[in-house]
Amino acid sequence: MKKIKKSDTGHEELFCNTAPSGKYSKAVRTKRVYVDEKWCLGCRLCEYHCAHANSSEKDMVRALKDRTIRPRIHIESDEHISFAVSCRHCDEPICVKSCIAGAISKLNGIVRIDKNKCVGCLTCVLVCPYAAIAPSEDGPMQKCELCTQSRTGTPACVMGCPNQAILFEEVTG
Amino acid sequence: MVKEGQQGNRIPSGCAVSAVFQKDGRRRNGEDIIRSIGLMHERSNGLGGGFAAYGIYPEYKELYALHVFYEGEKSKERCEEFIYQNFEVHSLSKIPTRKISQITDEPHIWRYFVEPFRRRLYESQIRDEEFVSRFVIKVNTEIEGAYIFSSGKNMGVFKAVGYPEDVGEFYRLEDYKAYCWTAHGRYPTNTPGWWGGAHPFALLDRSVVHNGEISSYDANRRTIEMYGYKCTLLTDTEVITYIFDYLVRRKGLSYEEVAKVIAAPFWSTIDEQEEAEKAELSYLRNMFSGLLVTGPFSIIVGFSGGILALNDRLKLRSMVVAEKGSAVYIASEESAIRLIEPELDKVWAPLGGEPVLFTLEGGAR
Amino acid sequence: MGIHYLYPDYEVLRNFDRCIACRVCERQCANDVHEYSVDIKKMAADDTKCVNCHRCVALCPTRALKIVKTDHAFKENSNWSAETIQEIYRQADTGGVLLSSMGNPRPLPVYWDKMLIGASQVTNPPIDPLREPMETKTYLGQKSTKIRRDKNGKILCDCAPQLELATPILFSAMSYGSISYNAHESLARAAQALGIYYNTGEGGLHSDFYQYGSNTIVQVASGRFGVHKDYLNAGAAIEIKMGQGAKPGIGGHLPGAKIVGDVSMTRMIPEGSDAISPAPHHDIYSIEDLRQLVLSLKKATNHQKPVSVKIAAVHNVAAIASGIARSGADIIVIDGFRGGTGAAPTRIRDTVGIPIELALAAVDQRLRDEGIRNNVSLVVGGSIRNSADALKAILLGADAVYIATSALLALGCHLCRSCHSGKCNWGIATQRPELAKRLNPNTGYQRLCNLVHAWTHEIKEMMGGMGVGSIEAARGNRLMLRGIGLTDKELEILGIRHAGE
Repeated sequence: MKKIKKSDTGHEELFCNTAPSGKYSKAVRTKRVYVDEKWCLGCRLCEYHCAHANSSEKDMVRALKDRTIRPRIHIESDEHISFAVSCRHCDEPICVKSCIAGAISKLNGIVRIDKNKCVGCLTCVLVCPYAAIAPSEDGPMQKCELCTQSRTGTPACVMGCPNQAILFEEVTG
Repeated sequence: MVKEGQQGNRIPSGCAVSAVFQKDGRRRNGEDIIRSIGLMHERSNGLGGGFAAYGIYPEYKELYALHVFYEGEKSKERCEEFIYQNFEVHSLSKIPTRKISQITDEPHIWRYFVEPFRRRLYESQIRDEEFVSRFVIKVNTEIEGAYIFSSGKNMGVFKAVGYPEDVGEFYRLEDYKAYCWTAHGRYPTNTPGWWGGAHPFALLDRSVVHNGEISSYDANRRTIEMYGYKCTLLTDTEVITYIFDYLVRRKGLSYEEVAKVIAAPFWSTIDEQEEAEKAELSYLRNMFSGLLVTGPFSIIVGFSGGILALNDRLKLRSMVVAEKGSAVYIASEESAIRLIEPELDKVWAPLGGEPVLFTLEGGAR
Repeated sequence: MGIHYLYPDYEVLRNFDRCIACRVCERQCANDVHEYSVDIKKMAADDTKCVNCHRCVALCPTRALKIVKTDHAFKENSNWSAETIQEIYRQADTGGVLLSSMGNPRPLPVYWDKMLIGASQVTNPPIDPLREPMETKTYLGQKSTKIRRDKNGKILCDCAPQLELATPILFSAMSYGSISYNAHESLARAAQALGIYYNTGEGGLHSDFYQYGSNTIVQVASGRFGVHKDYLNAGAAIEIKMGQGAKPGIGGHLPGAKIVGDVSMTRMIPEGSDAISPAPHHDIYSIEDLRQLVLSLKKATNHQKPVSVKIAAVHNVAAIASGIARSGADIIVIDGFRGGTGAAPTRIRDTVGIPIELALAAVDQRLRDEGIRNNVSLVVGGSIRNSADALKAILLGADAVYIATSALLALGCHLCRSCHSGKCNWGIATQRPELAKRLNPNTGYQRLCNLVHAWTHEIKEMMGGMGVGSIEAARGNRLMLRGIGLTDKELEILGIRHAGE
């Protein structure tokens, strides 16, 4: 069920390929955010940059001071390794199939949530294998949309990572 | 007033050069060369001029002709004593000159036809050329007020502070006959005040006239001084002459090979050559890296039986070469050639870094 | 103990208006300076642990932090500075030798800053580096001026083995053990990309880096760590380390705590044992012994590789260099007293040795006076801080320069001089995997390449200004330098004239 493919830089990428055969189109060549666990320091700057990018404030202090952040990328770690996880924009996204309100769709290779249609049932949160979806501050679910809707326009986690552990690249094959 | 070359006083200058070479060995007097260099009057400022002539002493052609400047009697005495200790002197005299108003403050100018004592040569276990070159350097560094400015066989340098055409008249060059003439007019940026600093510079039978100012000067000087040479004048011409003496006489390189050292092609050019040529160019450039000359230069090297013209790789100074029959002309400007030879068989400007070499048909006499 | 003699030198200043309590400072400080108090929801800092490495400052996303020198002061005293007093307190506490890292920080003269470079004007045109070739290619090795010809009269082009460099800059020796695997990988990859060389230092060569062998100089130091036949043949050249500028006369010391895993394997010593390099090589007690080692290394590598000898700049460096130039060595490396180190006794680092500018000038002149300058190439280091220093070194007579501190700065070092603690926050001078991770060689090697490219470009601009189109015409070209604010004696030793002359 899980197929492992290599991207241009050799990073391994986990795809979900749940359809029996040919029901969804083949992988669209789109850039995705990849994390190399070799270099991830678990510093969580990606989380703060993500939260800032998805806020309406230009100044980070005004955006984030005295707030609990709800980033769309989050660090998973133990004492030996850390890794930043965000939506994989799967070839055949389970969340799209699971959404009872039809709020989640895939357009141009990017899985998006229509906030106006989300009814808050949390099904997508449960089914996502990466725990990439979570409720936003004002209710509807939110997840990484590759900063296509954010203030920066290009993935803020990539720009904010101090150790080049997060890359924005196309996948091969 | 610090003398040129003393206490590190280095005087850069701009110049004019000209040369006439007869491939058939026919000897001409100095009138043409004087006119040629005289045409380029504006390139000089009257503070230095000189000539080198080859084949002018056929009756003494086996002897070294030493031309010496003396500032006073004392220097003359000391120097002559040293000469007599080391050489058999066949003839000596003042160099004949003509009194003209444009040339003033001349030192005593003497000429000696000498050969090294056989016994001295045997004792020192060196060849006569090495003996003479060491002697000349020793006199010029150690004997105050004496300066040997020419030391070759059957050739001579004539120089002074003044415009070259005046210098030519002063030395009565119309009375000499040579198969090769080189000439130089100097535009120094300071007042040298001392005749030894004028050009050409000569050691043994090699003379160099040079238009340019080499940026690699000190790198070259500190390299060549490792081999026993002493740069006392701190001029480009001096160091270039020493480099030629070292590479040709002591290392046995041909003139074309010397050009590959001092005007080595760019690495990108070397990379494009065939393997064998590439290896030789890389080898010469690397082994003699301290003798690479950068900065503008346009040199004419005279030697017994031949003449070489060479420009720097970036061709930052002018140089024109022309031929008519057996006569070869080299000058900073074509007009200086046309003045003495209006009709030419061919005329061209050599490429930067490309040596142009002419020798006497049938070798040196 | 209830009494505190040593007040922290540096204080962490946090602008609470800007702090968003993201806690990245807390997560990234290896010295546990920062801590988040959950109850009052505020960050706090413990100045006593701060080493002023700037990791937290560099990572803080809102620039809320800065480190300042404490204004807690002793009474003013020109003889007894605060530092001098505190050093005595430390020694009274511990009874130990004071240890320091990196190069001599004392306010002694920096001669690079007192030399000015010439330019050509009017009588001689400067050259435009964008339009004319400007060549920085350099060869290191013995230059023989003997001309031999084959039977056809063609010159025979065999010469002693040479190292070819695209630019006259190399990465100096820093051992694996004193710096991390990732730092070595960055240096090796950058050396390869740039067409120059890096030096293994005395820690041996990790098997993963043999692939960069043609851009590696392998070092043989007094402890002979990691030296075996494959090691000698893996590099492009071999360097015998006789001395180091930061600590002339003594050997190296890497504490057992840093000898773990791959470090231990590469050095060929047991884990946890202190790696102590003896002061002399115990088989080199004289110049003739050195000659023997040079020749045996050449034999072991079939005369295919140049052998270099590295010495510290000390009082009689010119005479020593003269001896080495006659020993068969191809390259002499001179390391000045400002050279860096992972750890050295403070007194030795600060007071032993002489400036590289003077040592270089003296050695180059002495070798020329003796007519043997062509026997060796000269490489100098300790410390070359920018392209102007590098060019001045070449104008004084060097063939190339070694950079180490500059390279580490490019990799992220902030010169906090705490390398000996093994807790380098930048992942450079540490063996702890969680810290070494912070130096990503993909970034590191790129930054090193950027630095050397930038310096090379600047060197070309300065060469163009002088009217010199090829670096070999700048080598030893002392007339292009002028001193400023130097005494007659200093000018004499440097072999340059004063500005205005």
